[in-house]
Amino acid sequence: MMEEALFQPTLVSERPRIEIRFNGTPLEVPAGTSVAAALLVSGVAQFRTTPVGRSSRAPWCMMGVCFDCLLEIDGKPNVQGCMTAVKENMDVRTQWGAARYE
Amino acid sequence: MCVPNGAQHAMNNGSDTQLQGHVDVAVIGAGPAGMAAATVCAEHGLNVAILDDQATPGGQIYRGITLASRKMREVLGPDYCAGDALVAPLLDGRINYMPDTAVWEVTRDKTLHLTQGGRSSSLQADYVVLSTGAMERPFPIPGWTLPGVMTAGAAQILLKTAGATAMGPVILAGCGPLLYLLAAQYLAAGTQIAAVVDTTGWSDYWRALQDGRGAASDISSLAKGLKLLRTIKKAGVPFFTNASNLEATGDDRVREFKFTSGGKVHCLAANVLLLHHGVVPNTQFTWSLRAPHEWSEQQLCWLPKTNAVGELDGASGIFVAGDGAAIIGAQAAAQHGRLIGIEISGRAGRLSAGARDEEVSRLNRRLNKTRQFRRFLDALYRPKAAHRVPADDVIVCRCEEVTAGALRNHVALGCLGPNQAKSFSRCGMGPCQGRQCGLTVTELIATVRGVEPATVGYFRVRPPVKQVTLGELAEE
Repeated sequence: MMEEALFQPTLVSERPRIEIRFNGTPLEVPAGTSVAAALLVSGVAQFRTTPVGRSSRAPWCMMGVCFDCLLEIDGKPNVQGCMTAVKENMDVRTQWGAARYE
Repeated sequence: MCVPNGAQHAMNNGSDTQLQGHVDVAVIGAGPAGMAAATVCAEHGLNVAILDDQATPGGQIYRGITLASRKMREVLGPDYCAGDALVAPLLDGRINYMPDTAVWEVTRDKTLHLTQGGRSSSLQADYVVLSTGAMERPFPIPGWTLPGVMTAGAAQILLKTAGATAMGPVILAGCGPLLYLLAAQYLAAGTQIAAVVDTTGWSDYWRALQDGRGAASDISSLAKGLKLLRTIKKAGVPFFTNASNLEATGDDRVREFKFTSGGKVHCLAANVLLLHHGVVPNTQFTWSLRAPHEWSEQQLCWLPKTNAVGELDGASGIFVAGDGAAIIGAQAAAQHGRLIGIEISGRAGRLSAGARDEEVSRLNRRLNKTRQFRRFLDALYRPKAAHRVPADDVIVCRCEEVTAGALRNHVALGCLGPNQAKSFSRCGMGPCQGRQCGLTVTELIATVRGVEPATVGYFRVRPPVKQVTLGELAEE
């Protein structure tokens, strides 16, 4: 999963870093940005799989209009990663297909 | 008039700002148009609330401007920093600015339904300004759903909010000012660009120059554009022109980008592919209000019908400001917002009719000049038919994974319009509510049927137009 990252934090190397969990594994990400941006600069290239064809998706628009950055955040499925601020100890998971509500 | 739930009591939004259940003016979207409209209304003594779904003001064009470092400002350039003056009134308490607020319904009686921090409430206004701006035009080519394929706008948002740039090899493809601006900003940030693949060809220049006055109507913008192109070429970035047959390939993410240019097929390695061929109005609210829209042959998109002061046809007191009414660009969007602010202040009795009319005509004269230059840009960077109505195997609806071929089959089976297409294949029924496929669906059905897009129409957009949970709904 962690191949070459899609993005890198070129202009803000001094930004403080925080720890979140991605699919249960600790991941150090820059603070003060969206979950989607934090994952993109940390080597994540699969945010969700589609409910229909199970194909991998990652952000397309970064402004809340495409819904391809859907993630499971702190137990809540189908959350837009680009519209959610990243926070310390956040539990972020890949959204596999359609959401399951329990 | 019906009184909305919760409008009688003050709303507790959990922050220092307390919104009453009623305001004179509610502005939705804190981009240039919304900020300017809100500021003008507040200057005339009106009680204004500006609601925005982001944490900081500026819209997409000035995204993150209140937090941007000196280095980021240098890279993003003076046009970005021009947003400082527009955001200032939102930060010093002159205007009730509500960040992190998602408005998910606007009704014709000017009630807004919104969620903020997981709590729902409603707000009644005498005047509503819809300033929800633009979004990137969908760019359906083979492989456009692969991770690593994004819009140029998305990359710019990552630059503005996280100081992040794409990791190489990075390819920028398509056409239009934003594509070249991003390339110049990447170069300023020291980011290598593997190639700029421009779809603009001689026929586009020829078409654009038919209206000779267009290009000449704004020499400084023209010079700015030419300077961007020179910067890219001077940096030695491989620049391909008149590109066609664009195709992204890869297994679980983009690996290669194929295209034809200069009579040759090229195949370049790609880690990130950034696509762009213009922006289109975000019309979710105007459609959900059942307002009339017309198909613009110039901008190849739907425009809500508005009058000379930006008021929505048949919806008294509801105005559409900026790019949401028609694409005019950030500077003009602020002027359009100002014009609407003046009109509302006049109607609310805070400005004499004479003063209002004089200022409205002055701003309309300036806007008409911008619109003339926009006609030139729209002609030059007219998105190619192949990138609007793609081949059969290309996905049109990203959410439900419906291909162009499937849609053509629906039409063959008697599907006449976008709403019928939904029942054939769920096209447009996913979480994006048709934002990413709507224009393609309209144009594709029109092409197959051999009729005008206006005959085919658009999806019936229904609230909520933003994500809202049942729990949040029940609370209201």
